[in-house]
Amino acid sequence: MLTNSHTPDAATQVEMFRRMALLKANDERSRKVISTGRLIMPYYSYRGQEVIPAALSVNLTDDDYLVTIYRGIHDMIAKGLPLKQLWAEIAGRIDGTCKGKGGPMHLTYPKKGIMVTTGVVGSSMPIANGLGWASQLSGDGRVAVATFGDGASNIGAFHESLNLASVWKLPVIFLCQNNRWGEHSAYAKTTPVARIADRAAAYGMAGIHVDGNDPIAMYGAAREAVERARAGEGPTLIEAMTFRHYGHVFGDADAYMDKAYKAEWVAKDPYPIFRAQLIADGAATEDQLAGFERDAEAQLDEAVDYALGSAFPGLEQLSSDVYGEAA
Amino acid sequence: MSDAMVAEKPAEKTAKPVTILQALNQALADAMAEDDKIVVLGEDVADPEEGGVTGVTKGLSTRFGETRVRSTPISEQAIIGCAIGASLAGYKPVAEIMLMNFTTVAMDMIVNHAAKLRYMSGGQTNVPIVIRTMTGAGFSTGGQHADFLEAWFAHTAGIKVVIPSNSADAYGLMRSAIDDPDPVLFVENMPNYWTPYPAFDAGHRVPIGKANVVVGGSDITIVSYARMMNECQMALAALGEAGVSAEIIDLRTIAPWDQETVLASVAKTGRLLVVHEAVVPFGVGAEIAAVVQEKLFGKLKAPVARVGAPFNPVPFSKPLETAHVPSAAKIADAAIALVQGNH
Repeated sequence: MLTNSHTPDAATQVEMFRRMALLKANDERSRKVISTGRLIMPYYSYRGQEVIPAALSVNLTDDDYLVTIYRGIHDMIAKGLPLKQLWAEIAGRIDGTCKGKGGPMHLTYPKKGIMVTTGVVGSSMPIANGLGWASQLSGDGRVAVATFGDGASNIGAFHESLNLASVWKLPVIFLCQNNRWGEHSAYAKTTPVARIADRAAAYGMAGIHVDGNDPIAMYGAAREAVERARAGEGPTLIEAMTFRHYGHVFGDADAYMDKAYKAEWVAKDPYPIFRAQLIADGAATEDQLAGFERDAEAQLDEAVDYALGSAFPGLEQLSSDVYGEAA
Repeated sequence: MSDAMVAEKPAEKTAKPVTILQALNQALADAMAEDDKIVVLGEDVADPEEGGVTGVTKGLSTRFGETRVRSTPISEQAIIGCAIGASLAGYKPVAEIMLMNFTTVAMDMIVNHAAKLRYMSGGQTNVPIVIRTMTGAGFSTGGQHADFLEAWFAHTAGIKVVIPSNSADAYGLMRSAIDDPDPVLFVENMPNYWTPYPAFDAGHRVPIGKANVVVGGSDITIVSYARMMNECQMALAALGEAGVSAEIIDLRTIAPWDQETVLASVAKTGRLLVVHEAVVPFGVGAEIAAVVQEKLFGKLKAPVARVGAPFNPVPFSKPLETAHVPSAAKIADAAIALVQGNH
């Protein structure tokens, strides 16, 4: 059960919205820049899922670890990935986080705890366990979060990772962003249980099923899991229900998705709902929230200009960073 | 810990031979005693589970605690993922995958993640893990417990592959593998775990990427590694009787292999035979043959030849299993044929 201590105060809610505004603007800018041919890259839009990382990240510190996936740029920006280096990376430029050698599916930024981004479904989880083990060994109190989608709950790595995390009581949060489609396949066609959170019971682990589009409920779920991990009481599986507005990979035509169903979910876009709620509650003013949105656009103008003005890596980068220098 | 400190350490020479199993155990214990960031994980590795199925990690959890030496569920992806994650946070995990065939269960973690994170992060992160695994035919274990799959890993940029053939190299390569800033696949040969070899100095390192010229010779170079080194040396008698002077090189590291030492030897002898227990097609021998003919085309007196297992799974039935593995006789026949021009 959620308690009052798991309810975000007004200032925290406004901060969550500020992060959501940045995430939403970044997604819109990404699709625009790709559509106009200024950048060429595979892009997995997270539009519609902004509440989840916003509510998680306000419960984490820079020292906490994140292992995310190809549809995880929202997770990383919320955790503090700087936009200029992000954009330079997805543009394949030398000033990117990874010198242009990782790209949108392998963004990495250890200064903010963003340790690995994987392009393989399910592979965030085994690595997050190791980061959690390191926290446990050193006693530094850091929490490791693995994010993944509903499709990843059907791969073997999910089972192996949840089992190990639970038997070792690791400070890990398994955050499933259930957007109801794994690539082009609907949830019910691939997954026999009604709720992924129910699978936690099989590992003797706490499982939370939450509306991932509800900022207050999502904050509470994240808070509960972070507190459990920091207290040394083991891992949590969170299933956050949400919806992706732009299909699997940007450019796919959504032919596999029922149009009425999609329209119903797009209408439930959490962004305008939360925005209106904050104003109605008196937590923020229209001017304040519009200011966040303008600021996000300005940051993106700067980031895109920075990226497109940055040089491509020289060919000496082709075969460097394969191995390190032996000590 | 610097190499200089190692050099200053007095040698603890014992006359008594040491098995490869003892050497590995000592290497792990010595490394763990020097650096508390070194941790061990894998199936049955802690002492309540008997310190590993063959006892390589015996005594470590009693000495260093079960938080640093941790038995895992039978979950190869989880084991390697856990090692990768801990290494990203500053630890130096030595992960055991009990048998080389079981590395296939963890290939995504090894190939897509451990090997590539340094490159994909632009050098921001690295994965200093050692993956210990054992293999080798001879115990009637059939098709899923005895394969040599080193070529698969050597074909992946970002990982190193070492395979010792004796106790001193097992110790020295393990210490180097733990020191190394990148993932190292450390292949142990099960059938000679219990073979005694000459003793060595504690603390010594065998550099990764450095082969060892074990026997000098002038007519032919034989390059091999792992337990096949025993067979190559047993072939020396027949070679001597045939009047063939063979130079035998223990590769020790498969990736990156020591081209300099091999090319210098073949430039001298003009002939090369590569011997490995893995199947011949697309194997380590193919890569060595390609590089040698490219660099020494005009100096070769005979085609480069390979001796390895035939292209079939490892069989169970004893006569078939024995026939599957290269023998001293096969090696001698192949080498003599090359020198006498009967290839």
